[in-house]
Amino acid sequence: MHELIAYLQAQLGFQEILVAVLVMAVFGLVICIYMALNALFLVWLERKVSAWMQDRLGPMEVGPFQGVLQTLADALKLLLKEDIVPKAADKRLHLLAPLIVFAAPCAALAALSYTRDFQFADFNIGVFFVAAITSLSVIGLLLAGWASNNKWSLLGGMRAAAQIVSYEIPAGLAILVVVMQVGSLSFREITLAQDGGFWNWMIFQYPPFNFVAFLIFFTATLAECNRTPFDLPEAESELVGGFHTEYSGFKWAVFMLSEYGEMLVVSLVVATLFLGGWSSPLGDLLNGGAWGVFWLLGKTYALVFVQMWLRWTLPRLRVDQLMYTSWKVLTPFAFACIFAVGLWMAL
Amino acid sequence: MTTFDLMFYVIAGAMLVSAAVMVFGRNIIYNAVGLLFTFIGVAGLYVLLGADFLAATQMLIYVGGILVLLLFGVMLSQKITGLVMRTGTLQVLPAVIVCAGVAAILIRLILSNDWAVTKPPELPATTATLGTLLLSDYLIPFEIVSILLLAALVGAAYIARRESR
Repeated sequence: MHELIAYLQAQLGFQEILVAVLVMAVFGLVICIYMALNALFLVWLERKVSAWMQDRLGPMEVGPFQGVLQTLADALKLLLKEDIVPKAADKRLHLLAPLIVFAAPCAALAALSYTRDFQFADFNIGVFFVAAITSLSVIGLLLAGWASNNKWSLLGGMRAAAQIVSYEIPAGLAILVVVMQVGSLSFREITLAQDGGFWNWMIFQYPPFNFVAFLIFFTATLAECNRTPFDLPEAESELVGGFHTEYSGFKWAVFMLSEYGEMLVVSLVVATLFLGGWSSPLGDLLNGGAWGVFWLLGKTYALVFVQMWLRWTLPRLRVDQLMYTSWKVLTPFAFACIFAVGLWMAL
Repeated sequence: MTTFDLMFYVIAGAMLVSAAVMVFGRNIIYNAVGLLFTFIGVAGLYVLLGADFLAATQMLIYVGGILVLLLFGVMLSQKITGLVMRTGTLQVLPAVIVCAGVAAILIRLILSNDWAVTKPPELPATTATLGTLLLSDYLIPFEIVSILLLAALVGAAYIARRESR
């Protein structure tokens, strides 16, 4: 980052401050555009995956191939729709909530490592930063539920908050298993430790403890993005739409954008922590450079597909089952993994 | 003006505005939102000063933990029971005395310190140092705090479950 700013400053002859602000704006814009493209693709994929699993066709009309432009048309429609704010709602917080929810996955994208040489910001506490910044979205969901002044919204917001706060604990503990082995919190260092073929990936080290940690982390991330079987905050049969019941038009679209952005972020984190990130599964073959982006996104979207697959396969949990899973199953098993791996490393 | 200065003034300005909202707002949810942006601002200042681990901890504990609990409590009491919570001014004299005392201590501290106004040199990663210190020099306080927290957790669980017995 510093080198980039210094280089641009030398090339353009602007002041340092102007170049820094420009670089920040460009990076922010790149992340936002990527979030939007990702949501356009994933909404289409979700509809196609659900359709295929239920022996339907899904969207077929718009675009040259399998209705691929359907979500673009939907997004344009949402942009043109009237923005309805309930009379009894708190107007300012009603506007602020989707922005907070959207900011969290955007900020998390900045800390991830995309190739051997590129990431937006090389934190040496990357993993910890992502865990911390994604907790920001809880506040947004709570505020959305409260500001709508609707009992279903409020219940949805409450459920979201309780669920995300509970599942942060097994998720954090499972991250710790990996961090312990690598000895670093930086995404780059963690990927470098797994470089050189799929047999070096974290998921295959210290069997079976790392695999259990992977399962725990993946389950917890499902709950953190409110995906089925943990989609109680927006359970449509009980809560209408949950926290976004009173949202329409573009504000609702921002919630959808953030949901798919969050799925992307957690899958990127799982891929980096357990599946080798940007390193090639084939050893030195096709490794490094732009191939890094290919491998990382390939692993990520494969995980996103598993998330969709689970959504259209599993029924929803009850609230007590949800809490049971977090506190009495995932958390003890995560502690056991930390203990076992620690013992194994000490031997 | 360097980038460091610009970032400092932006963060400090946002913090002052949100802190004012937090203190002077009459609606308790607005106060909580003001507190949210103040916490984020403090985390930003930590980053500017090179304390990265502290900044992420600030986000995780204060924003992800304490503020969520606070909002949870307010929302459960305000919307569900129909109670309107507004902050008013009560106990003026004791408040003035306490505030004046705190202000005196703070002003004294601010005046007696020799403040550096330039960007600190790039610090090495703080995480490893913090971890080593916590498990060597500060081991006893660290363990005592853990036991205190454990006791608080057991107590909270006991109080919360008492009705069902």
